[in-house]
Parts: sequence; structure tokens; C-alpha cells
Amino acid sequence: MLLSRTLLPAAFAAVLCAVIPARAAEISGAGATFPYPIYAKWAEAYKEKTGTSMNYQSIGSGGGIKQIEAKTVDFGASDMPLTPDKLAANSLQQFPMVMGGVVPVVNLAGVKPGELKLDGTVLAGMYLGTIANWNDKAIAALNPGVNLPDKAIATVHRSDGSGTNFIFTHYLSGIDADFMAKVGENTSVEFPAGLGGKGNEGVAAIASRTDGAIGYVEYAYALQNKMTYVLLKNHDGNFVSPNADAFQAAAANADWSKAPGFYLLLTDQPGKDSWPITGATFILMHHQQDKPDAAREVLSFFDWAYRNGGQLAEGLDYVPMPASVIAAVEASWKTITGPDGKPVWTGHAS
Amino acid sequence: MVAITERPARRAEGAAGDLVFHGLTVLFAVLVLLVLGGIIASLISGGFLAFAHFGVDFFLTSVWNPVTEKFGALAPIYGTLVTSGIAMLIGVPVSFGVALFITELCPKWLKRPLGTAIELLAAIPSIIYGIWGLFVLAPFVQQYVEPALIGSFGSVPVVGLLFAGPPLGIGILTAGFILAIMVLPVIAAVMRDVFETVPPMLKESAYGLGATTTEVVWQVVLPYARTGVVGAILLGLGRALGETMAVTFVIGNSHHINLSVLQPGTTISAALANEFTEAVGDLYQSSLIALGFILFIITFIVLAAAKLMLLRLQEGVGASA
Repeated sequence: MLLSRTLLPAAFAAVLCAVIPARAAEISGAGATFPYPIYAKWAEAYKEKTGTSMNYQSIGSGGGIKQIEAKTVDFGASDMPLTPDKLAANSLQQFPMVMGGVVPVVNLAGVKPGELKLDGTVLAGMYLGTIANWNDKAIAALNPGVNLPDKAIATVHRSDGSGTNFIFTHYLSGIDADFMAKVGENTSVEFPAGLGGKGNEGVAAIASRTDGAIGYVEYAYALQNKMTYVLLKNHDGNFVSPNADAFQAAAANADWSKAPGFYLLLTDQPGKDSWPITGATFILMHHQQDKPDAAREVLSFFDWAYRNGGQLAEGLDYVPMPASVIAAVEASWKTITGPDGKPVWTGHAS
Repeated sequence: MVAITERPARRAEGAAGDLVFHGLTVLFAVLVLLVLGGIIASLISGGFLAFAHFGVDFFLTSVWNPVTEKFGALAPIYGTLVTSGIAMLIGVPVSFGVALFITELCPKWLKRPLGTAIELLAAIPSIIYGIWGLFVLAPFVQQYVEPALIGSFGSVPVVGLLFAGPPLGIGILTAGFILAIMVLPVIAAVMRDVFETVPPMLKESAYGLGATTTEVVWQVVLPYARTGVVGAILLGLGRALGETMAVTFVIGNSHHINLSVLQPGTTISAALANEFTEAVGDLYQSSLIALGFILFIITFIVLAAAKLMLLRLQEGVGASA
């Protein structure tokens, strides 16, 4: 009784306080979970430097797209870029912020990291179930001299919707028409067979325990857990090993000028060093800004992140965008305008 | 008692307090109904698109393809029912044994530590069970339990179909195991409390007439505690049907229906946990909400069936008396 008499008003007061916005210099975003660690890190460093705080909620790409459409946040974030049509329909603009790579990992007795070589067609065959045994001729042809056991291939995939899934299935769909027709590309897809693990940790746990397993995880995860990664054949026919340089090469060699709205996945890009399963995570903003000041704060933050956030990104095993892409992105920002029709961002201050 | 003269004044104050208290409790009770109604309404309106688009097929097909936007709920419904079934099959007899041991057979010094241990098990968060299931239970099941099952039943006709395929360690069976472990403390703790309500006089009379412990348990304790036992089982079943994280980690998350319990499957709550955050597209999201609605209905049916069963039982008691 007494408790509820005194507690209830207190609770209401607390709720009211939470609703009232605290300060003007605060920007908010919501979306993809994959870049959350680096966005949080950037926000912390940026606040220390400028006093502007950035509040990012990692609610998932789907939620991020919904929130920016409803204009409840200053920017949305998605692992899957929106098509130019969809951008136009919602009067949105997008740009790539930071990159990551997806790395196939295997669990085969006697096979060391970087020893096994695969290409997109074979990988697609494994996930479709047409290549079901490790001693299959298609695998042996890529790996002369490697002792491949007579063992069933157990494919492991991400069961939760994720950017990792999207980049991986986009790559296989681009390489293999059969995969495109039967599985397709999305943040979550229906694989014909195999085990589904939740998150990178789920895939890694299942793959590392199942003899004869193949799975795919984010680069940072493969690196930190010293998993048995494979070499992949890229667009130019070279077998490359997954590392930050190979991801950057993919982004640098990509032809962004032919990608309206930056709708470009960095899979299977040309260049002798390009890692074939690379992808960026994207930021979404409205062309028309009702609050130009807030939009300017957001763009200043991303400008700062592009220019000064690279080291922080590398520390967390993300890959910063190459300078050429940054220039193209910042040039595109002039189409983000305030109510007066003028661009809200007029070049970085320094 | 001491200050008789003060009584009327205190009573008046008490009456006003009673009124406020009455009002508050009514408010809280109505609030529960409002929340329940709100949840049902939002599930229906959220899932309406999926129900309207797929119709009956939503319940009858097991296709779950976010790329082509074709969704059917059969695989998660099947997985939910089968994993909960396995959990009950193992959990109920074991919890029954545990509760009986604690109340009827256990030496006094062990009673309290054992009871506390069970309550502690019930307090472990489900994510811990999930991680433990993935890293400890699943490898154990893969190495020892599943090969043994395949060895003993694999070649038996019909039954063998339930244990077909390679031992993966991840799948419906392991999910059932982890659910059994999770419902065990819930069911055992409630059953123990129920058994303790049996009046000692009844039991002592039975013993006095020369009944064995087994006879006392089956013919005195159990009939007396029947309602509570069913309630305990239901509480466990409720937890098993809705359990999310632990199942998601060990079930293998595959939207295919497999007769073999060694193969991966999915449950309604696992599908929601996996896919909701990144579900882009109205139909996809609506289908997931529709799944939530189906889980709601399943739970409702289970509760209603149990209530009916209890009513039957009570009528039976009335007739025989």
C-alpha cells in the first residue's frame, strides 16, 4: 500500500524524465547489428573530441529501415543495401560506411588454415548438396597434393538473419545460376540442407565440433578464434587469403561510378588481390531533412569517422573504406538538403 | 484488546484502506486482462497479412523461403510440439521421482540441500542452458547417446525411422533433452510443495493399516495431490513450449520436417529469435508475428485441455464418493 503510494508517482516522474530530450547536440541511429561495435567505439571517441553524442541502437537491419522510413531516427543502418527503386520510393539516400569480409572455414582432420583451396562454384555445390563428399573430383581438382578424406560434407549456415548471410548468398548467387534459382540471396534464406547455428559463435561452435564441416563466419571472428580458413579463387583467377588488404583491394577495384545509390556488393570484384566475399554495411538518410542541423551533425560525424576512424576500425578487425570511395560518398552528400533546398553539409571543417 | 476504546476509530480507518486496496487490486486485475487483450489484438493485426495472403496453406506447408516470400508454419509447429513432447516424456517421470523422494523417502539432513539445489536449477537463465547445451550437452549426445540410439534402434523397422541419419549432436532430440532439464526443476519444485500438503494423518493411517510405501504413494498421496500434479506438469509444459534461447542454440534451426529426431528442426520461438531482427519486408515480418499468434493458440489449447481434464477428474471423484 504505502509502497505503491510513494513508488507510483516516482515511477511516472522517471518515465517523464526519460521522454524529455536531454540536449540538442545528440544524434540517433538504429539498425544493423554487425557494425554496432565500431559505431559505438566511434561514438565514444567522437564525443570525447566534440561533445556531440551519438546514440546507436543495434536492432537489426529490418528495424533500422523501418525506423528511418518513419523518421524516428536521424539515420538508419543496414547490412543489405536497398535497391535504387526502393531508395527512390522512400526518398532515401545510402552510402557504405565500413567493410567486412566473410570467410569460409572448415573442420577437416589434417588440413591447416589456408591449405584448402575452393572456388565459388564448388562452394555453391556444397551448400546445394550436389557436392556431398570431401573426396569429390571438383574439390580434388583445385587441391592437387592435399589428402582429401572420404567423408561427408556437413554444411553449417547462419540461422539468424544477418548481413553475413546476405553477402555470402549474394556471392554464390552471382557465381552459380543454380544457387540463384534454388536458394537466392537474402539476409536469411532457405538452404536445402545443413545445420543452422545462431550467430558467428553458433556457426563456429558447430563447425569446430563436426568432423567434415564447412561453415562461414565474419572475418574478425575467424581471425580471433584461429579457425581453419580456406583460400578462395577470385574474379581474376588467383587464390587469395582473407585479410584486410584483400578486402580493401576488393573495394578499391570495384567500379562505384556504375552503382547508382552505392548499390554495390563487393563480391567477386576484379583485381588480382581482391577477396571475393567482401561486403560493406550501409547508412540510410532522407534526401529531404526537416532538421538540417541534426543532419549536419550526422554527416560531420561520418566525415570524422571516415577520416579519423580507420585505426579504431582496424583495431576491431573491420576494414575502412578506401579514400576513393570516401571522396565519392562525400560528393553524394550534396543531395541531402534542408527545407531551403540547400545542401546541409558543405565540406568538412578542417 | 488492550485499548478497547480505540477500536471504532481504527476500524473506520481500516475501512477506507480496504476500499482503496479493493480498488487497487481490481485495477491490477483489469490491467492483466487489458494487456492480454492487447497482445492478442496486436498479434492478430500483425499476422493478418500472412493469414490473408497464404490462407490455410500457412498451417499446412513447411516451405519457409524469405527470398521468394513463401512462408508456411508447419515445420516450426511440428518442432515445437515434438521437442516439448520429448521434454515431457523425460521430465515428468524424473521430476515425479525427485519430488516423491524429497517428500517421502529422503533422510532429513538431505531434504533441505536437495530442495535448494532444485530451486537453484530453476533460477538459471535460459541463455546459460543454451550455451551449456551447445558446448557440453550436444557433444556428449553426439558422442555417446546418439550412436547408442542408432545402434539399438536404427535397424528396427518403423522405430528406426525416428533414429535415422548421422549423429550430429545438434537437433530435435538434443533440444528435447535440454528442455527436459529445464522443466525438471519447475515441475519437481511444484510437485514437492503439492505432496507436502497431503495431511500426515492420511498417510499415517494408511501405514497403520499396513500399506507399503508404494501403496501409500499411489493410493493416498497421488489421488490427494492430483490437481496440483497436473498443474505442475502444465507449468513445465508452458515453459517447454515457449522456451527460446536454449532451444535456438541446439536445435539446428532448419525449416524442414524430419521424422528422425536426430536431424535438425526448428520451433516457433527459435524461428522468431533467429529471424525477427533482420526480417525485411511486410509479408516476412507478418508471417513471423503470425507464428507468434499460433504459439499463443497452442498454449491456450493446452491450458484449456488441462482445465477440462481436471474438471473431469473432479467429477469422477464426486461420483465415486
